[in-house]
Amino acid sequence: MANFPGDLKYAKTHEWVKLDGDVATIGITDFAQGELSDIVYVEITALGKTIKRDEPLGTIEAVKAVSDLYSPISGKVTEANEALKDSPASVNSDPYGAGWMAKIRVSDPAELGNLLDATAYAELAAKSAHH
Amino acid sequence: MLKLTPFHDRHVAAGGRMVDFAGYDLPVQFHGIIPEHTRVRTTVGVFDVSHMGRIEVRGKDALAFVNRVTTNDASRLAVYQAQYSVLCYPDGGIVDDLVVYRLPDRYFLVVNGANNEKDTAWLQEHPSGDVQMENITDAQAQLAIQGPKAEAVMQKVCSIPLAQIGFYWAAHCEVAGVKALVSRTGYTGEDGFEAYFPAESAAKVWDAIFAAGKEFDIEPIGLGARDTLRMEMKMALYGNDIDKTTNPIEAGLSWVVALDKPEGFVGSDVLKRVEAEKPARRLVCLEMQDRSIARPHYPILAGLGHDPDSTAESGHVPRQIGMVTSGTLSPSLNKGIALGYVKRQFTKAGTEVQIDIRGRNAAAVIVKPPFYKHGSVKKGQSAKS
Repeated sequence: MANFPGDLKYAKTHEWVKLDGDVATIGITDFAQGELSDIVYVEITALGKTIKRDEPLGTIEAVKAVSDLYSPISGKVTEANEALKDSPASVNSDPYGAGWMAKIRVSDPAELGNLLDATAYAELAAKSAHH
Repeated sequence: MLKLTPFHDRHVAAGGRMVDFAGYDLPVQFHGIIPEHTRVRTTVGVFDVSHMGRIEVRGKDALAFVNRVTTNDASRLAVYQAQYSVLCYPDGGIVDDLVVYRLPDRYFLVVNGANNEKDTAWLQEHPSGDVQMENITDAQAQLAIQGPKAEAVMQKVCSIPLAQIGFYWAAHCEVAGVKALVSRTGYTGEDGFEAYFPAESAAKVWDAIFAAGKEFDIEPIGLGARDTLRMEMKMALYGNDIDKTTNPIEAGLSWVVALDKPEGFVGSDVLKRVEAEKPARRLVCLEMQDRSIARPHYPILAGLGHDPDSTAESGHVPRQIGMVTSGTLSPSLNKGIALGYVKRQFTKAGTEVQIDIRGRNAAAVIVKPPFYKHGSVKKGQSAKS
Protein backbone atom coordinates (compact mmCIF):
# COMPACT_ATOMS: atom_id res chain seq x y z
CA MET A 1 0.00 0.00 0.00
CA ALA A 2 1.06 3.54 -0.71
CA ASN A 3 2.49 5.52 2.17
CA PHE A 4 1.58 9.17 2.98
CA PRO A 5 3.62 10.73 5.81
CA GLY A 6 1.57 12.84 8.22
CA ASP A 7 4.03 15.75 8.29
CA LEU A 8 3.56 16.60 4.59
CA LYS A 9 0.92 18.50 2.66
CA TYR A 10 -0.50 17.12 -0.55
CA ALA A 11 -1.90 18.51 -3.82
CA LYS A 12 -4.78 16.94 -5.73
CA THR A 13 -2.33 16.65 -8.64
CA HIS A 14 -0.29 14.18 -6.54
CA GLU A 15 2.62 16.34 -5.40
CA TRP A 16 3.77 16.61 -1.79
CA VAL A 17 5.16 19.71 -0.07
CA LYS A 18 7.36 20.01 2.99
CA LEU A 19 7.86 23.52 4.33
CA ASP A 20 11.11 24.36 6.16
CA GLY A 21 11.21 28.09 7.01
CA ASP A 22 10.21 29.74 3.71
CA VAL A 23 11.60 26.95 1.53
CA ALA A 24 9.25 24.25 0.28
CA THR A 25 10.60 20.92 -0.92
CA ILE A 26 8.42 19.30 -3.56
CA GLY A 27 8.13 15.80 -4.94
CA ILE A 28 5.49 13.36 -6.10
CA THR A 29 3.60 11.02 -3.80
CA ASP A 30 4.13 7.32 -3.32
CA PHE A 31 0.82 6.79 -5.09
CA ALA A 32 1.94 8.89 -8.08
CA GLN A 33 5.29 7.15 -8.44
CA GLY A 34 3.49 3.80 -8.42
CA GLU A 35 1.10 4.94 -11.13
CA LEU A 36 3.88 6.36 -13.34
CA SER A 37 6.33 3.52 -12.62
CA ASP A 38 9.86 3.29 -14.05
CA ILE A 39 10.73 7.00 -13.89
CA VAL A 40 13.73 7.70 -16.12
CA TYR A 41 14.07 11.46 -16.30
CA VAL A 42 12.90 14.49 -14.33
CA GLU A 43 13.28 17.94 -15.82
CA ILE A 44 12.56 21.05 -13.75
CA THR A 45 11.82 23.47 -16.59
CA ALA A 46 10.89 26.29 -14.20
CA LEU A 47 14.26 26.32 -12.42
CA GLY A 48 15.19 29.91 -11.57
CA LYS A 49 11.73 31.21 -12.44
CA THR A 50 9.03 32.60 -10.21
CA ILE A 51 5.84 30.66 -10.74
CA LYS A 52 2.32 30.61 -9.42
CA ARG A 53 0.53 27.75 -7.75
CA ASP A 54 -0.72 25.09 -10.23
CA GLU A 55 1.68 26.23 -12.95
CA PRO A 56 3.98 23.65 -14.57
CA LEU A 57 7.18 23.09 -12.67
CA GLY A 58 8.63 20.51 -15.01
CA THR A 59 8.10 17.15 -16.65
CA ILE A 60 8.50 13.59 -15.52
CA GLU A 61 9.42 10.98 -18.09
CA ALA A 62 8.53 7.40 -17.29
CA VAL A 63 9.11 4.49 -19.66
CA LYS A 64 5.46 4.45 -20.57
CA ALA A 65 4.54 8.14 -20.74
CA VAL A 66 5.44 11.72 -19.93
CA SER A 67 3.60 13.69 -17.22
CA ASP A 68 3.63 17.30 -16.12
CA LEU A 69 4.76 18.22 -12.65
CA TYR A 70 2.69 21.10 -11.24
CA SER A 71 3.75 23.44 -8.50
CA PRO A 72 1.49 23.11 -5.46
CA ILE A 73 2.65 26.51 -4.24
CA SER A 74 3.73 29.95 -5.57
CA GLY A 75 7.32 31.17 -5.35
CA LYS A 76 10.76 31.14 -6.89
CA VAL A 77 12.17 27.76 -7.98
CA THR A 78 15.62 27.83 -6.41
CA GLU A 79 16.81 24.28 -6.78
CA ALA A 80 16.29 21.07 -8.75
CA ASN A 81 17.42 17.70 -7.45
CA GLU A 82 20.59 17.14 -9.49
CA ALA A 83 21.03 13.62 -8.10
CA LEU A 84 17.99 12.50 -10.10
CA LYS A 85 20.04 12.84 -13.30
CA ASP A 86 22.02 9.75 -12.31
CA SER A 87 19.40 7.98 -10.24
CA PRO A 88 15.88 8.88 -11.44
CA ALA A 89 14.68 5.57 -10.00
CA SER A 90 14.99 7.03 -6.49
CA VAL A 91 11.67 8.77 -7.23
CA ASN A 92 10.20 5.26 -7.30
CA SER A 93 12.16 3.83 -4.40
CA ASP A 94 12.18 6.86 -2.04
CA PRO A 95 9.59 9.43 -3.22
CA TYR A 96 9.66 11.49 0.01
CA GLY A 97 13.43 11.36 0.51
CA ALA A 98 16.09 11.00 -2.19
CA GLY A 99 13.36 11.33 -4.82
CA TRP A 100 12.52 14.98 -4.04
CA MET A 101 12.34 17.09 -7.19
CA ALA A 102 12.51 20.83 -6.54
CA LYS A 103 12.80 23.54 -3.88
CA ILE A 104 10.75 26.72 -3.97
CA ARG A 105 11.17 29.90 -1.94
CA VAL A 106 7.55 30.32 -0.98
CA SER A 107 5.95 33.73 -1.62
CA ASP A 108 2.82 33.11 0.44
CA PRO A 109 3.00 30.40 3.14
CA ALA A 110 -0.77 30.77 3.67
CA GLU A 111 -1.25 28.87 0.39
CA LEU A 112 -0.36 25.70 2.26
CA GLY A 113 -3.81 25.91 3.76
CA ASN A 114 -5.28 25.01 0.36
CA LEU A 115 -3.47 21.67 0.33
CA LEU A 116 -4.69 18.34 1.67
CA ASP A 117 -3.46 16.59 4.78
CA ALA A 118 -2.35 12.96 4.65
CA THR A 119 -5.77 11.52 5.53
CA ALA A 120 -7.65 13.55 2.90
CA TYR A 121 -5.03 12.75 0.27
CA ALA A 122 -5.11 9.02 1.07
CA GLU A 123 -8.85 9.07 0.35
CA LEU A 124 -8.27 10.85 -2.96
CA ALA A 125 -5.55 8.39 -3.93
CA ALA A 126 -7.76 5.42 -3.08
CA LYS A 127 -10.48 6.83 -5.37
CA SER A 128 -7.99 7.48 -8.19
CA ALA A 129 -6.43 4.04 -7.98
CA HIS A 130 -6.95 1.42 -10.61
CA HIS A 131 -8.94 -1.51 -9.38
CA MET B 1 -17.77 -4.45 -20.27
CA LEU B 2 -14.13 -5.50 -20.42
CA LYS B 3 -13.46 -9.06 -21.48
CA LEU B 4 -11.33 -11.26 -19.25
CA THR B 5 -8.71 -13.66 -20.52
CA PRO B 6 -8.56 -17.16 -18.98
CA PHE B 7 -5.54 -16.00 -16.92
CA HIS B 8 -7.20 -12.95 -15.38
CA ASP B 9 -7.24 -14.31 -11.82
CA ARG B 10 -3.55 -15.22 -12.11
CA HIS B 11 -2.70 -11.62 -13.12
CA VAL B 12 -4.64 -10.14 -10.23
CA ALA B 13 -3.07 -12.61 -7.78
CA ALA B 14 0.40 -11.64 -9.07
CA GLY B 15 -0.30 -7.95 -8.42
CA GLY B 16 -0.82 -6.96 -12.04
CA ARG B 17 -1.88 -3.38 -12.71
CA MET B 18 -4.84 -4.00 -14.97
CA VAL B 19 -5.76 -1.76 -17.89
CA ASP B 20 -8.13 -1.83 -20.85
CA PHE B 21 -6.24 -3.15 -23.85
CA ALA B 22 -8.07 -4.24 -27.00
CA GLY B 23 -11.23 -4.52 -24.92
CA TYR B 24 -9.60 -6.90 -22.42
CA ASP B 25 -8.63 -6.27 -18.80
CA LEU B 26 -4.90 -6.99 -19.09
CA PRO B 27 -1.82 -6.29 -16.95
CA VAL B 28 0.28 -3.33 -18.14
CA GLN B 29 2.89 -4.31 -15.56
CA PHE B 30 3.47 -6.33 -12.42
CA HIS B 31 6.41 -4.87 -10.51
CA GLY B 32 7.92 -2.59 -13.15
CA ILE B 33 8.44 -2.36 -16.89
CA ILE B 34 12.25 -2.22 -16.66
CA PRO B 35 12.73 -5.28 -14.41
CA GLU B 36 10.15 -7.25 -16.42
CA HIS B 37 11.93 -6.31 -19.65
CA THR B 38 15.25 -7.39 -18.15
CA ARG B 39 13.75 -10.67 -17.00
CA VAL B 40 12.86 -11.59 -20.59
CA ARG B 41 16.27 -10.48 -21.93
CA THR B 42 18.17 -12.45 -19.27
CA THR B 43 16.12 -15.56 -18.39
CA VAL B 44 12.43 -16.07 -19.17
CA GLY B 45 9.06 -14.36 -18.88
CA VAL B 46 5.48 -15.27 -19.72
CA PHE B 47 3.01 -13.06 -21.60
CA ASP B 48 -0.72 -13.68 -21.65
CA VAL B 49 -1.54 -12.99 -25.28
CA SER B 50 -4.98 -14.57 -25.21
CA HIS B 51 -6.42 -11.27 -26.45
CA MET B 52 -4.89 -11.92 -29.89
CA GLY B 53 -7.46 -12.83 -32.55
CA ARG B 54 -7.35 -16.46 -33.71
CA ILE B 55 -9.04 -17.44 -36.95
CA GLU B 56 -9.14 -20.86 -38.62
CA VAL B 57 -9.55 -21.19 -42.38
CA ARG B 58 -10.58 -24.54 -43.88
CA GLY B 59 -11.79 -25.83 -47.21
CA LYS B 60 -10.19 -26.86 -50.46
CA ASP B 61 -9.75 -23.24 -51.52
CA ALA B 62 -8.25 -22.15 -48.19
CA LEU B 63 -4.76 -21.66 -49.59
CA ALA B 64 -5.97 -19.62 -52.57
CA PHE B 65 -8.01 -17.47 -50.18
CA VAL B 66 -5.18 -16.91 -47.68
CA ASN B 67 -2.79 -16.14 -50.50
CA ARG B 68 -5.24 -13.62 -51.97
CA VAL B 69 -5.72 -11.63 -48.73
CA THR B 70 -2.18 -11.77 -47.32
CA THR B 71 0.97 -10.24 -48.78
CA ASN B 72 3.43 -13.06 -48.05
CA ASP B 73 3.43 -16.23 -50.14
CA ALA B 74 1.42 -18.78 -48.17
CA SER B 75 1.95 -21.39 -50.91
CA ARG B 76 5.55 -21.69 -49.70
CA LEU B 77 4.49 -22.89 -46.26
CA ALA B 78 5.12 -26.53 -45.41
CA VAL B 79 2.74 -28.21 -42.97
CA TYR B 80 3.48 -26.80 -39.46
CA GLN B 81 5.42 -23.86 -40.85
CA ALA B 82 4.45 -20.28 -39.96
CA GLN B 83 5.08 -16.94 -41.60
CA TYR B 84 4.73 -13.30 -40.66
CA SER B 85 2.45 -11.52 -43.11
CA VAL B 86 0.24 -8.48 -43.72
CA LEU B 87 -3.38 -7.91 -44.71
CA CYS B 88 -3.70 -4.94 -47.07
CA TYR B 89 -6.51 -2.82 -48.44
CA PRO B 90 -6.67 -2.41 -52.24
CA ASP B 91 -4.86 0.95 -51.86
CA GLY B 92 -1.91 -0.78 -50.13
CA GLY B 93 -2.79 0.53 -46.65
CA ILE B 94 -2.48 -2.02 -43.86
CA VAL B 95 -5.54 -3.75 -42.40
CA ASP B 96 -3.35 -5.64 -39.91
CA ASP B 97 -0.18 -7.65 -39.51
CA LEU B 98 -0.48 -11.31 -38.59
CA VAL B 99 1.10 -14.74 -38.34
CA VAL B 100 -0.15 -17.41 -40.76
CA TYR B 101 0.29 -21.07 -39.78
CA ARG B 102 -0.21 -23.98 -42.12
CA LEU B 103 -1.61 -26.90 -40.14
CA PRO B 104 -2.40 -30.40 -41.50
CA ASP B 105 -6.03 -29.62 -42.39
CA ARG B 106 -6.27 -25.84 -42.19
CA TYR B 107 -4.64 -22.43 -42.07
CA PHE B 108 -4.54 -20.63 -38.76
CA LEU B 109 -4.33 -16.83 -38.64
CA VAL B 110 -3.26 -14.93 -35.52
CA VAL B 111 -4.14 -11.23 -35.68
CA ASN B 112 -3.95 -8.25 -33.33
CA GLY B 113 -6.55 -8.32 -30.58
CA ALA B 114 -7.67 -4.75 -31.24
CA ASN B 115 -8.28 -5.66 -34.90
CA ASN B 116 -9.94 -9.03 -34.40
CA GLU B 117 -13.48 -7.93 -35.31
CA LYS B 118 -12.34 -5.65 -38.13
CA ASP B 119 -10.14 -8.35 -39.64
CA THR B 120 -12.81 -11.02 -39.37
CA ALA B 121 -15.28 -8.75 -41.17
CA TRP B 122 -12.65 -7.87 -43.78
CA LEU B 123 -11.84 -11.52 -44.43
CA GLN B 124 -15.54 -12.34 -44.77
CA GLU B 125 -15.78 -9.74 -47.53
CA HIS B 126 -13.40 -11.86 -49.59
CA PRO B 127 -14.96 -15.29 -49.91
CA SER B 128 -13.65 -17.40 -52.73
CA GLY B 129 -14.98 -20.87 -53.37
CA ASP B 130 -14.82 -23.60 -50.77
CA VAL B 131 -13.64 -21.71 -47.69
CA GLN B 132 -14.92 -21.97 -44.13
CA MET B 133 -13.74 -19.43 -41.59
CA GLU B 134 -14.12 -19.70 -37.85
CA ASN B 135 -13.03 -17.23 -35.20
CA ILE B 136 -11.86 -19.38 -32.28
CA THR B 137 -10.48 -16.55 -30.11
CA ASP B 138 -12.77 -17.15 -27.13
CA ALA B 139 -12.21 -20.90 -27.07
CA GLN B 140 -8.43 -20.70 -26.84
CA ALA B 141 -5.80 -19.42 -24.46
CA GLN B 142 -2.48 -18.17 -25.84
CA LEU B 143 0.76 -17.71 -23.92
CA ALA B 144 4.14 -16.44 -25.12
CA ILE B 145 7.08 -17.87 -23.16
CA GLN B 146 10.09 -15.77 -24.11
CA GLY B 147 13.72 -15.49 -23.16
CA PRO B 148 17.03 -17.37 -23.43
CA LYS B 149 15.74 -19.93 -20.91
CA ALA B 150 12.35 -20.40 -22.61
CA GLU B 151 13.29 -23.73 -24.17
CA ALA B 152 14.73 -25.09 -20.92
CA VAL B 153 11.46 -24.25 -19.16
CA MET B 154 9.10 -25.46 -21.88
CA GLN B 155 11.02 -28.70 -22.39
CA LYS B 156 10.08 -29.70 -18.84
CA VAL B 157 6.36 -29.48 -19.61
CA CYS B 158 6.24 -30.40 -23.33
CA SER B 159 5.72 -33.95 -24.60
CA ILE B 160 8.09 -33.62 -27.57
CA PRO B 161 11.73 -32.55 -28.01
CA LEU B 162 11.52 -28.80 -28.67
CA ALA B 163 14.88 -28.78 -30.46
CA GLN B 164 12.99 -30.14 -33.47
CA ILE B 165 10.84 -27.00 -33.72
CA GLY B 166 12.77 -24.42 -35.75
CA PHE B 167 12.19 -20.66 -35.85
CA TYR B 168 8.69 -20.03 -37.23
CA TRP B 169 7.79 -23.71 -37.13
CA ALA B 170 5.15 -25.34 -34.93
CA ALA B 171 4.06 -28.73 -33.62
CA HIS B 172 1.05 -30.29 -31.95
CA CYS B 173 2.03 -31.74 -28.59
CA GLU B 174 0.99 -31.79 -24.96
CA VAL B 175 1.90 -29.03 -22.55
CA ALA B 176 1.37 -30.14 -18.95
CA GLY B 177 -0.80 -32.92 -20.34
CA VAL B 178 -2.96 -30.48 -22.31
CA LYS B 179 -3.18 -30.76 -26.10
CA ALA B 180 -1.60 -27.65 -27.59
CA LEU B 181 -0.10 -26.07 -30.67
CA VAL B 182 3.40 -24.83 -29.83
CA SER B 183 5.44 -22.64 -32.18
CA ARG B 184 8.88 -21.06 -31.94
CA THR B 185 7.62 -17.50 -32.45
CA GLY B 186 7.45 -14.27 -30.46
CA TYR B 187 7.58 -10.50 -30.33
CA THR B 188 10.66 -9.89 -28.20
CA GLY B 189 13.81 -10.75 -30.19
CA GLU B 190 14.52 -13.55 -27.74
CA ASP B 191 14.21 -17.26 -28.31
CA GLY B 192 10.82 -18.44 -27.20
CA PHE B 193 7.53 -20.13 -27.88
CA GLU B 194 3.87 -19.40 -28.22
CA ALA B 195 1.40 -22.02 -27.04
CA TYR B 196 -2.26 -22.27 -28.07
CA PHE B 197 -4.56 -24.51 -26.05
CA PRO B 198 -8.17 -24.78 -24.83
CA ALA B 199 -9.18 -21.88 -22.56
CA GLU B 200 -10.55 -24.25 -19.92
CA SER B 201 -7.04 -25.66 -19.32
CA ALA B 202 -5.50 -22.23 -18.83
CA ALA B 203 -4.80 -22.47 -15.09
CA LYS B 204 -3.24 -25.93 -15.37
CA VAL B 205 -0.82 -24.88 -18.12
CA TRP B 206 0.05 -21.55 -16.45
CA ASP B 207 0.83 -23.20 -13.13
CA ALA B 208 2.94 -25.94 -14.74
CA ILE B 209 5.01 -23.43 -16.72
CA PHE B 210 5.62 -21.26 -13.66
CA ALA B 211 6.62 -24.29 -11.59
CA ALA B 212 9.01 -25.38 -14.35
CA GLY B 213 10.51 -21.90 -14.60
CA LYS B 214 11.08 -21.34 -10.91
CA GLU B 215 14.81 -22.08 -11.16
CA PHE B 216 15.11 -19.23 -13.70
CA ASP B 217 13.01 -16.77 -11.67
CA ILE B 218 10.24 -16.91 -14.28
CA GLU B 219 7.77 -14.02 -14.03
CA PRO B 220 4.57 -12.85 -15.70
CA ILE B 221 5.30 -9.90 -17.99
CA GLY B 222 2.94 -7.00 -18.68
CA LEU B 223 2.05 -5.10 -21.82
CA GLY B 224 4.50 -2.31 -20.93
CA ALA B 225 7.55 -4.55 -21.29
CA ARG B 226 6.00 -6.25 -24.32
CA ASP B 227 6.09 -2.81 -25.96
CA THR B 228 9.68 -1.93 -24.96
CA LEU B 229 10.93 -5.39 -26.01
CA ARG B 230 9.36 -5.21 -29.47
CA MET B 231 10.51 -1.63 -29.98
CA GLU B 232 14.15 -2.56 -29.31
CA MET B 233 13.83 -5.04 -32.20
CA LYS B 234 12.05 -2.57 -34.55
CA MET B 235 9.02 -4.82 -34.63
CA ALA B 236 6.05 -2.79 -35.83
CA LEU B 237 3.00 -2.23 -33.64
CA TYR B 238 -0.32 -1.84 -35.43
CA GLY B 239 -1.93 1.47 -34.51
CA ASN B 240 1.48 3.06 -33.91
CA ASP B 241 3.95 2.23 -36.66
CA ILE B 242 1.59 0.70 -39.20
CA ASP B 243 -2.06 1.35 -39.97
CA LYS B 244 -4.37 1.97 -42.93
CA THR B 245 -2.42 5.12 -43.86
CA THR B 246 0.91 3.28 -44.18
CA ASN B 247 1.92 0.56 -46.62
CA PRO B 248 4.18 -2.41 -45.90
CA ILE B 249 6.91 -1.25 -48.30
CA GLU B 250 7.51 2.06 -46.50
CA ALA B 251 7.14 0.25 -43.16
CA GLY B 252 10.18 -1.90 -44.05
CA LEU B 253 8.09 -5.05 -44.47
CA SER B 254 9.01 -5.79 -48.11
CA TRP B 255 10.45 -9.09 -46.89
CA VAL B 256 6.90 -10.32 -46.27
CA VAL B 257 5.42 -8.84 -49.45
CA ALA B 258 5.60 -11.40 -52.28
CA LEU B 259 5.07 -9.13 -55.29
CA ASP B 260 5.91 -12.11 -57.53
CA LYS B 261 2.85 -14.16 -56.51
CA PRO B 262 1.37 -15.11 -59.92
CA GLU B 263 -2.24 -14.44 -58.90
CA GLY B 264 -1.41 -11.19 -57.09
CA PHE B 265 -3.10 -10.24 -53.80
CA VAL B 266 -5.29 -7.50 -52.41
CA GLY B 267 -3.18 -4.34 -52.73
CA SER B 268 -0.50 -5.86 -54.98
CA ASP B 269 -1.02 -3.45 -57.90
CA VAL B 270 -0.42 -0.42 -55.70
CA LEU B 271 2.47 -2.03 -53.81
CA LYS B 272 4.22 -2.97 -57.08
CA ARG B 273 4.11 0.69 -58.06
CA VAL B 274 5.34 1.82 -54.64
CA GLU B 275 8.22 -0.65 -54.85
CA ALA B 276 9.14 0.44 -58.39
CA GLU B 277 8.97 4.16 -57.62
CA LYS B 278 10.55 3.78 -54.14
CA PRO B 279 8.44 5.00 -51.22
CA ALA B 280 8.58 8.71 -50.38
CA ARG B 281 9.17 7.91 -46.70
CA ARG B 282 10.40 5.00 -44.67
CA LEU B 283 10.11 3.75 -41.11
CA VAL B 284 13.48 4.22 -39.41
CA CYS B 285 15.13 3.68 -36.04
CA LEU B 286 16.08 6.81 -34.11
CA GLU B 287 18.41 7.01 -31.14
CA MET B 288 18.20 10.05 -28.87
CA GLN B 289 21.46 11.85 -28.11
CA ASP B 290 20.35 13.11 -24.70
CA ARG B 291 18.06 11.85 -21.95
CA SER B 292 14.85 12.85 -23.70
CA ILE B 293 12.23 10.37 -24.82
CA ALA B 294 10.31 10.82 -28.05
CA ARG B 295 6.64 9.86 -28.07
CA PRO B 296 4.19 9.08 -30.88
CA HIS B 297 3.27 12.08 -33.10
CA TYR B 298 6.28 14.19 -32.15
CA PRO B 299 7.63 15.92 -35.30
CA ILE B 300 11.03 14.85 -36.68
CA LEU B 301 12.99 17.83 -37.97
CA ALA B 302 16.11 18.41 -40.03
CA GLY B 303 17.95 21.72 -39.87
CA LEU B 304 20.39 20.93 -42.64
CA GLY B 305 20.33 18.84 -45.75
CA HIS B 306 18.61 19.44 -49.04
CA ASP B 307 14.88 18.81 -49.17
CA PRO B 308 13.72 18.82 -52.79
CA ASP B 309 10.07 18.78 -51.71
CA SER B 310 10.42 22.08 -49.93
CA THR B 311 9.85 25.29 -51.84
CA ALA B 312 10.62 27.47 -48.84
CA GLU B 313 13.92 29.27 -48.43
CA SER B 314 14.44 27.38 -45.22
CA GLY B 315 18.15 27.92 -44.63
CA HIS B 316 19.10 26.39 -41.30
CA VAL B 317 15.65 26.61 -39.80
CA PRO B 318 14.62 23.06 -38.90
CA ARG B 319 11.69 21.82 -40.88
CA GLN B 320 9.61 18.75 -40.50
CA ILE B 321 10.80 15.66 -42.36
CA GLY B 322 8.73 13.09 -40.54
CA MET B 323 6.93 11.94 -37.44
CA VAL B 324 7.61 9.62 -34.51
CA THR B 325 5.30 6.59 -34.31
CA SER B 326 6.72 4.81 -31.21
CA GLY B 327 9.16 5.94 -28.55
CA THR B 328 10.44 4.83 -25.19
CA LEU B 329 13.47 4.52 -22.99
CA SER B 330 15.27 1.37 -24.11
CA PRO B 331 15.82 -0.57 -20.89
CA SER B 332 18.59 -2.62 -22.54
CA LEU B 333 20.52 0.36 -23.93
CA ASN B 334 19.45 2.85 -21.24
CA LYS B 335 18.79 5.53 -23.83
CA GLY B 336 15.83 6.98 -25.65
CA ILE B 337 14.83 5.13 -28.81
CA ALA B 338 12.07 5.78 -31.31
CA LEU B 339 10.56 4.57 -34.55
CA GLY B 340 9.26 7.04 -37.07
CA TYR B 341 8.70 7.78 -40.71
CA VAL B 342 11.12 10.18 -42.42
CA LYS B 343 11.41 11.34 -46.02
CA ARG B 344 13.57 8.93 -47.92
CA GLN B 345 16.57 11.23 -48.35
CA PHE B 346 16.97 11.23 -44.55
CA THR B 347 16.83 7.48 -43.96
CA LYS B 348 20.55 6.69 -44.09
CA ALA B 349 22.12 5.43 -40.85
CA GLY B 350 24.13 8.20 -39.27
CA THR B 351 21.82 11.00 -40.44
CA GLU B 352 21.47 13.61 -37.70
CA VAL B 353 17.96 14.90 -37.07
CA GLN B 354 16.06 16.63 -34.30
CA ILE B 355 12.87 15.63 -32.55
CA ASP B 356 10.50 18.29 -31.31
CA ILE B 357 10.01 17.22 -27.69
CA ARG B 358 7.16 19.46 -26.56
CA GLY B 359 8.74 22.54 -28.11
CA ARG B 360 12.40 21.69 -27.48
CA ASN B 361 14.51 20.30 -30.32
CA ALA B 362 16.39 17.25 -29.10
CA ALA B 363 19.16 15.67 -31.16
CA ALA B 364 18.63 12.17 -32.57
CA VAL B 365 20.47 9.97 -35.05
CA ILE B 366 19.10 7.46 -37.53
CA VAL B 367 20.54 4.03 -36.70
CA LYS B 368 20.39 0.56 -38.25
CA PRO B 369 17.86 -1.89 -36.85
CA PRO B 370 17.58 -3.53 -34.46
CA PHE B 371 18.45 -1.30 -31.51
CA TYR B 372 19.21 -4.36 -29.40
CA LYS B 373 21.62 -6.71 -31.15
CA HIS B 374 22.10 -9.51 -28.60
CA GLY B 375 18.72 -11.26 -28.72
CA SER B 376 18.74 -15.04 -28.29
CA VAL B 377 16.28 -15.62 -31.16
CA LYS B 378 17.38 -18.65 -33.20
CA LYS B 379 16.68 -17.47 -36.72
CA GLY B 380 19.13 -19.87 -38.34
CA GLN B 381 17.03 -22.81 -37.26
CA SER B 382 14.66 -22.65 -40.19
CA ALA B 383 13.68 -26.26 -40.77
CA LYS B 384 12.74 -29.30 -38.77
CA SER B 385 15.59 -31.74 -38.54
